[in-house]
Amino acid sequence: MSATVIPAPRRSAFLAGLLRLIREKPLGAIGLAIVLVFLFCGIFADVLAPHGVNQISPVNRLKPPSARFWFGTDHLGRDMFSRILYGAQLSVIIGLTAASLATFISVTLGVVSGYFGGRIDMLIQRVVDAWMSFPELIILIVVVSVVGPGMLQVIGILGLTFGIGGSRIIRGAVISVRENMYIHATQSMGASTTRVLLRHILPNIMAPVLVLFSTRVGAVILVESGLSFLGFGVPPPAPTWGGMLSGSGRTYMYLAPWLALAPGLCLTMVVYGINVLGDALRDLLDPRMRGSR
Amino acid sequence: MRAYLVRRLLALIPTLFFASLIVFTTVRLIPGDIIDMMIAQNDIGSKVSRDALEHALGLDRPMLTQYLSWIGGILLHGDFGNSLWQQNPVGEEVFSRLPVTFELGIMALAVALTVAIPIGVISALRQDGLGDFLGRSFSILMLAVPGFWMGTMVMVFPSIWWGISPEVKFVPFHEDPIGNLIQLAIPALILGTSLSAVTMRMTRTMMLEVLRQDYIRTAWAKGQNERGVVIRHALRNALIPVVTLIGLQAPILIGGAVIMEQIFVIPGMGLLLLEAVSRRDYPVITGVFLIVGVAVVVINLLVDLSYGLLDPKVRFR
Repeated sequence: MSATVIPAPRRSAFLAGLLRLIREKPLGAIGLAIVLVFLFCGIFADVLAPHGVNQISPVNRLKPPSARFWFGTDHLGRDMFSRILYGAQLSVIIGLTAASLATFISVTLGVVSGYFGGRIDMLIQRVVDAWMSFPELIILIVVVSVVGPGMLQVIGILGLTFGIGGSRIIRGAVISVRENMYIHATQSMGASTTRVLLRHILPNIMAPVLVLFSTRVGAVILVESGLSFLGFGVPPPAPTWGGMLSGSGRTYMYLAPWLALAPGLCLTMVVYGINVLGDALRDLLDPRMRGSR
Repeated sequence: MRAYLVRRLLALIPTLFFASLIVFTTVRLIPGDIIDMMIAQNDIGSKVSRDALEHALGLDRPMLTQYLSWIGGILLHGDFGNSLWQQNPVGEEVFSRLPVTFELGIMALAVALTVAIPIGVISALRQDGLGDFLGRSFSILMLAVPGFWMGTMVMVFPSIWWGISPEVKFVPFHEDPIGNLIQLAIPALILGTSLSAVTMRMTRTMMLEVLRQDYIRTAWAKGQNERGVVIRHALRNALIPVVTLIGLQAPILIGGAVIMEQIFVIPGMGLLLLEAVSRRDYPVITGVFLIVGVAVVVINLLVDLSYGLLDPKVRFR
């Protein structure tokens, strides 16, 4: 793939990759920029936010955007800009952890199912079939309703749901790698199963794994905000973007439309950035998946 | 064809069995107790003991017995149990709500296809042109816009600017078909456009692939006009994976319908589920959960069977 790149220190390989992204996939580079800004806001929310996240100020209720309150204030006089920044933080945490968990589950299930095949594969795939016949949102609503809302619950359930669904993609990748000559060679040399899996299968499915992870981050953020909107996410007063669009906030949107605008626009931009970046990564990393979906 | 159908139906058995297990265990095993809620809400704790209430609702039996009697009731009598609160049969309640969600889903699907297929085809025909660029940008953007935000905006802004707010009271189809369709049009439009993104990209990819085939060159060479080549030869072959995608999107469609029903107060399955969840009404939750799962499985089976209509090369064996 990178035949023209002369062997060089790692850092410049990274830079070369970045340059290639900018040159070949300008849209993907825009996505990367959006994602970086979003990460920055999330990580440094405590420093960047001009007001406290739950700092109530009855005098400043429902103020339109101004120099002091960039995105206006809500019905309790909380600064929307600060809440959006802290919301980015929550989204970063939930998006990254739940997507990591999901990817881990997908890889574990997919590798076991795809590599061993036979009865194990059969059993796992029937369970995956059954699981995938339920809409994610409905599983999430049902489970959250029994476990109770909360950040850890949301991360766990999102990770599990997306993890089981994504295992199909990894299984497919493993099956195609499994039949390669070098795998058979390693096996006939007497390498242990663990060694084959970790040293030979896993490195060769890294491209789909990375693509799966990047698309999962966007999906998790979107579904989490939907859950929060329905009141099953991280409970208030946590400043989730979905939560800001629901509940008591919604009744005040008629008086203060900026309450509806900011969280939704941020959500759209971030998910857009992640999707575009994911698409570009897929095209650059995995020629087999090029153009699908 | 018959043998294929029988085999497909047999293959459904393990899937549905695991589905019923998932439904039953997620809802029962995790402690979130309806008894506590009933006692707290109805103040019946003083009159009836906790154990007696548990016994009356059948929640004191072993889990396996509960599962067997639940699944037995469904399979033998079509009995999904009764709502713990209203005591009315869950089956009736769910099936009375099902048509509304179905209507919304079909309308959304119609929107998605009418948006996606033409844009996908044009995108492929004018690959890398302006139309292609705009079409693809639109579809990626639509993937990112959350449906519940669009729904909220549609509720909020017209009412601020023009003082229009959508009718809140739901009109059933058999009472006022046109009023009903108008009411469902906006949620269907929002749901449909967000769904169209994936379908559009799939149509485009498949069209690009099919347009390079030899038989397409032959069709051009024999002097057929563009319309004939594109629609008769290319689109029909490109549509097969797109149809599969519709099956895969069924769960997303139903999930989206839940949110739309909540925003626009449409009394479908989603709203029923949300109400049941807030009251911990287990039989209703399990009923909706299971029926949604079965519906998705059936839709996917129908999708697979429809290949035969689209592609004469497909023989069911």
